[in-house]
Amino acid sequence: MNDSDTTTYRATIGLEVHIQLDTASKLFCGCSTSFGAEPNTHVCPVCLGYPGAMPCLNEEAVRLTVRMGMMVGSEISRYSKWDRKSYFYPDMPKNYQISQYDRPLCVGGAVELGEGASARTVRLVRIHLEEDVGKSMHFDTTSGVDFNRAGTPLMEVVTEPDMESPQEAYDFLQALKRIASYAGVSQCNLEEGNLRCDVNCSVRPAGRERLGTKTEIKNMNTFRGVFAALEHEIARQTDVLNSGAEVGQETRRWDPDAGATFPMRTKEEAHDYRYFPEPDLMPVVLAPEQVDAWRATLPEAPDARRRRLESQYGLPAYDAGVLAGERALADYFEAAAQASDNPKAVSNWVMTEVLRTVAESGCAVGELRVTPEALAGLVRLIDGKRINTTTAKEVFAILCAHGGDPAAIVEERGLAQVSDSGAIEALVEQAMAEHPKSVSDFRSGKSAAAKFLVGQVMRLSRGKADPQLVARLLDSKLSGEKEA
Amino acid sequence: MESISQMTVADALDALEGGACRSEELVDALLRKIDAVDGVLGAYVSVDREGAREAARAADRARAAGDRRPLLGVPIAVKDVLNVRGQPCSCASRILHGYVSPYDATAVARLREAGAVFLGRTNMDEFAMGSTNENSSVGLTRNPWDTDCVPGGSSGGSAAAVAAGEALAALGSDTGGSIRLPASFCGCVGLKPTYGRVSRYGLVAFASSLDQVGPLTRTVRDAALLFACIAGRDPLDATSLDAPVPPACAGLTEDLKGTTLGLPAEYFVDGMDEDVRRSVMQAVACCQDLGAEVREVSLPHTRYAVATYYVIAPAEASANLARFDGVRYGFRAEGAADPIDMYGKTRAAGFGPEVKRRIILGTYVLSSGYYDAYYLSAQKVRTLIRRDFEEVFAECDALLAPACPSAAYRIGERVDDPLRMYLGDICTVTANLAGICGLSVPCGLTGSGLPVGLQILGPALEEPKILRVGHAYERARGPFGPPPALDGIRRKTAQTQ
Repeated sequence: MNDSDTTTYRATIGLEVHIQLDTASKLFCGCSTSFGAEPNTHVCPVCLGYPGAMPCLNEEAVRLTVRMGMMVGSEISRYSKWDRKSYFYPDMPKNYQISQYDRPLCVGGAVELGEGASARTVRLVRIHLEEDVGKSMHFDTTSGVDFNRAGTPLMEVVTEPDMESPQEAYDFLQALKRIASYAGVSQCNLEEGNLRCDVNCSVRPAGRERLGTKTEIKNMNTFRGVFAALEHEIARQTDVLNSGAEVGQETRRWDPDAGATFPMRTKEEAHDYRYFPEPDLMPVVLAPEQVDAWRATLPEAPDARRRRLESQYGLPAYDAGVLAGERALADYFEAAAQASDNPKAVSNWVMTEVLRTVAESGCAVGELRVTPEALAGLVRLIDGKRINTTTAKEVFAILCAHGGDPAAIVEERGLAQVSDSGAIEALVEQAMAEHPKSVSDFRSGKSAAAKFLVGQVMRLSRGKADPQLVARLLDSKLSGEKEA
Repeated sequence: MESISQMTVADALDALEGGACRSEELVDALLRKIDAVDGVLGAYVSVDREGAREAARAADRARAAGDRRPLLGVPIAVKDVLNVRGQPCSCASRILHGYVSPYDATAVARLREAGAVFLGRTNMDEFAMGSTNENSSVGLTRNPWDTDCVPGGSSGGSAAAVAAGEALAALGSDTGGSIRLPASFCGCVGLKPTYGRVSRYGLVAFASSLDQVGPLTRTVRDAALLFACIAGRDPLDATSLDAPVPPACAGLTEDLKGTTLGLPAEYFVDGMDEDVRRSVMQAVACCQDLGAEVREVSLPHTRYAVATYYVIAPAEASANLARFDGVRYGFRAEGAADPIDMYGKTRAAGFGPEVKRRIILGTYVLSSGYYDAYYLSAQKVRTLIRRDFEEVFAECDALLAPACPSAAYRIGERVDDPLRMYLGDICTVTANLAGICGLSVPCGLTGSGLPVGLQILGPALEEPKILRVGHAYERARGPFGPPPALDGIRRKTAQTQ
């Protein structure tokens, strides 16, 4: 080969993301969508594909899909319809899936990634609605199928091939998840398989316009997995091209243990789905008034909210990014910030103590016993020097455990900061008397000894002393006596 | 008990209400009739003796307690294509062997609610695919008028049972003529309602955009009675129509004054049986005598109807029948190496040749690259056929035509010639393609003593119009049946026992 080793390659990536909608019942029957039930307990003649059973549309799923489309700026179809996609598989009750072929609910749209120089727009082809299949289970000598998931509503978001790196694909998935979560259209629980995607990827020499032959990696269910699979697949395709061979158009499977993709057996691919209009369902015709009414209930998009948090509350970009990452967190922050005149302090508390508590307790932000108003009150107590930071953390812990009003807690438990210089002076003297070695260390130039003495004074005040006052008084005592 | 088994539903309701007989007696008489003739006729796939007796006794107690539901205690047979809770539903196919319905079809549930007693399940062409009942995995059904002839299909068991007095009435399904054709061959009344008029929920789908559930009865009035019970919007069938259902016998009159009837030239095809033409034209003359104005009309796209039908119906069937794979219910072939192998073996052994032919045909026309040429074109022609009807119904209340260009075929006559068999559907498939309603009413006998059916076609949702025409004609025509051949069957059965 000539100079192939020095050729640089560009990857092109497109995604098909399946997002499970947050509906109480399935797409075409009344069975529950709840996760984790005994196998085949949330089933009926419709979702089991029994002879004669017919689908009956869950309109909530249409509303949620349209809502997602509005969040990403899709055109909402006034007329869309259902089609049958035929293929045989044991987890597929009817051996056809009710999906949307040429008239999806949402057309176009885009998701913005990053800011400034690294900003990128990922255009969407469409968002359509379809039913999920069951889950095959394999035992020692037999196999079974759990149909609890069969018929669960999924929306499929199809992107243009607008991503060029595993990181962009990863960022896109994060952004999409954030939007779906903001809009309340999905619980976005990855462990329960709420988000799954197929990854299309091709590689071509830099500077060549025509895209390379793509492969499709099926059924990815973690974002990290998508990242790793793409890294591997891009490297694999690059090697193939470098060796002078051609990339074959095929469907591949990611094996996380092997850290590699493998071709799927031909039986599992190369389908002719034989789409045709579903005769058991009427087309979905959305009245403009209906669409307008739905649009009126849309939440602010995550990006817009991030920008607004920056400008409205004067937050650093980092804070705004963290807070806007989850709608409930941003809601919590804003509720607290509006009850406070120190949004940055509130932001610090939310990003540290509140997030830690959420992580440790496992409960949602909205379920915390410490209300946003209580957090604002706590910040006010600190700013008013009623309590110091150490005490504030103690009060926060009490609020988390029991709820309540921080000022009342400080009052009841006598936690108010001691700012009386006479009282503190006495404690300073006591500390110096108890630790003469530290005093002499300081006087011999070891300034670190002062920190130890501040700590001792704080201990004697049981944390209530104003630490700045302690430091000042100690400093003047130590220096004064040295001079003296 | 001959009199009981030849009763109409209306007679039976009078007798039950007047105390002349009990529902249990009706059921017993019908069971005796089934014992006497069904060994030869094969109209039933299964008979629920104990269930029917029990339901009849319950109905008798309810009536004594003042219950006046519209079909209380009336024994009815149900084509094996409709789910009845707790009963097998095989569609006369091996592939559903062992399947027991966990639920009632809506039409069945509504009859149950109206008080009907379910006698048993009637034989049919496998998955309703056929015009003769010869495509049944449990054996063919014979025509009560001539046991060497077919009863028509695919609701042949329902038609034969009603004609032979093995049931007072029956439910059937009609995808391309499967109610009207056997009604015509067996000399009974068959109504195919407007598409969407009767819920398809629980009807095992053949071709979803064409299928309709309807009654087979001895009189038009009975058809109206059953229709009124089963029709109407059902939330479980998204394609069911949200239109009011008029009372059962609204508008049934003795004359046809003020009615305009069209005679579509295309339905009187070259090569049609002369006896059929004569009987139908006599019926037309009779309608004129009753005061109807008759005019010739044209439905020019009729000649494409059979081809259109045999693209659309198999296409939908190929998807509808995909679920029969041996995974969840019914028959599963042994010794498969993997799921794909299991599908192949199960479906190869589970489906009969006509069903396979249509699945393959349907799979072909939906294949990538062929969809536009076949399925899409067929849908366009379908629109043209629908427009033909809209145009003639602008000037006619209903149309008169034969239900089939011939009377019942001889058994085996057309089994090896599917194309010729399909052409027998020429007079019936159009109503399904256009979604309109149609009725077949006996209008005479051929020289060899086989019944001929007069078909009355009406606009969508205008069942009362065609029932009115059928009823007035039927009254003027006078009594029809029972089939004389029944005596011979009984003698033959007695000898062999």
